[in-house]
Amino acid sequence: MPAARMQELLEAVLEPGDRVCLEGNNQKQADFLARCLVKVNPARVHDLHMVQSVIALPEHIELFERGIAHKVDFSFSGPVGVRMAQLVAAGKIQIGAIHTYLELFGRYFIDLTPQVALIVAHSADRDGNLYTGPNTEDTPTIVEATAFKSGIVIAQVNQIVDRLPRVDIPADWVDYVTQAPTPHFIEPLFTRDPAQIGEIKILMAMMVIKGIYAEYGINRLNHGVGFDAAAIELLLPTYADSLGLKGKICRHWMLNPHPTLIPAIESGFVQSVYSPGSELGMEAYVSARPDVFFTGADGSQRTNRAFSHAAGHYACDLFIGSTLQMDLAGNSSTVTLGRIAGYGGAPNLGSDARGRRHCQPAWLKAGRQAHDRPTALPRGRKLVVQMVETFREQMQPTFVERLDAWTFMESSGMELPPVMVYGDDVSHVVTEEGIANLLLCRSDEERSEAIRGVAGYTPVGQARSRSMVENLRDRGVIQRPEDLGIDKRLVNRDLLAARSIKELVHWSGGLYQPPQRFRNW
Amino acid sequence: MEHLQFEFKASGSQASGREAALVGVVSSGNLEVMVERADLNGTCQVEVSTSARGFRSIWQAVLDDFATRHALADLRISINDGGATPAVVSLRLDQAMEEFLGMAS
Repeated sequence: MPAARMQELLEAVLEPGDRVCLEGNNQKQADFLARCLVKVNPARVHDLHMVQSVIALPEHIELFERGIAHKVDFSFSGPVGVRMAQLVAAGKIQIGAIHTYLELFGRYFIDLTPQVALIVAHSADRDGNLYTGPNTEDTPTIVEATAFKSGIVIAQVNQIVDRLPRVDIPADWVDYVTQAPTPHFIEPLFTRDPAQIGEIKILMAMMVIKGIYAEYGINRLNHGVGFDAAAIELLLPTYADSLGLKGKICRHWMLNPHPTLIPAIESGFVQSVYSPGSELGMEAYVSARPDVFFTGADGSQRTNRAFSHAAGHYACDLFIGSTLQMDLAGNSSTVTLGRIAGYGGAPNLGSDARGRRHCQPAWLKAGRQAHDRPTALPRGRKLVVQMVETFREQMQPTFVERLDAWTFMESSGMELPPVMVYGDDVSHVVTEEGIANLLLCRSDEERSEAIRGVAGYTPVGQARSRSMVENLRDRGVIQRPEDLGIDKRLVNRDLLAARSIKELVHWSGGLYQPPQRFRNW
Repeated sequence: MEHLQFEFKASGSQASGREAALVGVVSSGNLEVMVERADLNGTCQVEVSTSARGFRSIWQAVLDDFATRHALADLRISINDGGATPAVVSLRLDQAMEEFLGMAS
């Protein structure tokens, strides 16, 4: 299908009210098809129901402004969160629900099956087989749901070739292929420049390594995206190694190929990494380490968001992430007033897998701490760690009595407050003041005092009962850096295995090729 | 700039240490802390120069906790603050005392 006739094709196949997936992942985007879709005649095509994981491009928003689409079911809208909130308030966007990724994918096969899927791949052959390259992400899931329920699959590709490196999507699942005039957009979402990691994050990372990873023997894990997690990754070859932890922690990962993980891989900490998507610049490095990453016979990485999130939920013993706000029950939210950001994968990864049955030492130990009644049936428990500084930028307190999510619910007519990770799923809260182990709390009151006890000089933290916090500290529910034997003079950027992007390139033997915006040399 | 002064009664006798210690740098979100031995009748005096105005009560709380953690007698502590969070201030104060006392790691 010639690119110039794409708008005509869309007007022919789309009916008003159709459920449409315009492939928008958190990294790659079907951007050419998005530009075509916003140009269709709204008198012919209108009130579409968009079902896609990420709302990120200006065109995604424009669809609603022009009335081409009206309803949306999605997972994440961080990049356009403010505009989303405005259009919802103006009645231009009706939100069906905000999901976690795996939940939305589940609904593709139940009640949100796309009638038309507009997808993106790297290349196609003359038969219409598709090669997605390292960023496979959501494509197999979208196509599976659409193609096998009599839907129409339209793909944009960067190039059409005689022979593909490998087939990621077979030709008979695809109805139309077009070569886009420009290569599809891709966002390096998981690159964190070590130059921006400060000492507080280093202190917190030291506490996590010594107080949680070593304590529980964490070997199957997932890290959220952020500088907190990057600091942990960069302390593995230095601080964790000095504690004799190589081979004892952090062996198996569900993780995008974070550039900050390169030193830990090269130091022999990491045995395997399975990824929901790739990372721009990491292609050659990943191809050179098929012993660690999942790669195809062609040598390039294969990723899959749905399988990764199943792996993160059922096969990982620990998730660590960050948040913007946390209340005294440990509920956390990234909703701030006037901005709809969605959840991404956190609700799935940051929750106990109650269907899990296989045992691992870390899972059993957490379970014993959480269920200490002699009559209770023994159970295992996932470790869900929230790692936050007590104040965010502009001295905004992270810890609050009441989440902004409540106000948001009331003003937007949602049925529930949009909580990202529920407090009863959280096992540990880590701040610069210490670690609160919520598994060991035996009442709601203990739980809230444990959180106040690490909430620093926020109003919530200053309202603590000093005697109760000292009691919790005696019981090991709260641990300060000094209780963990952390020498604060070591809390220094010299402890990072790499202090810049350039040092990451050196660790990779020159194989990591950072995008231009991360190069300052 | 805002200038704040605090005084603490000694919570114990001062362990022997160096004459002075200086840690940190003045930059945005960071601070410089100098600890000096001084004859102050057993008290500890803290002078804060900060670019962030209106946080006296938080400085008081941070320094109260610092004074609880360490024996501070006959010390002058000077702080030049570039708008650091309480977390950075506490860390820098502890680092300054560890440096001043020359603690073995």
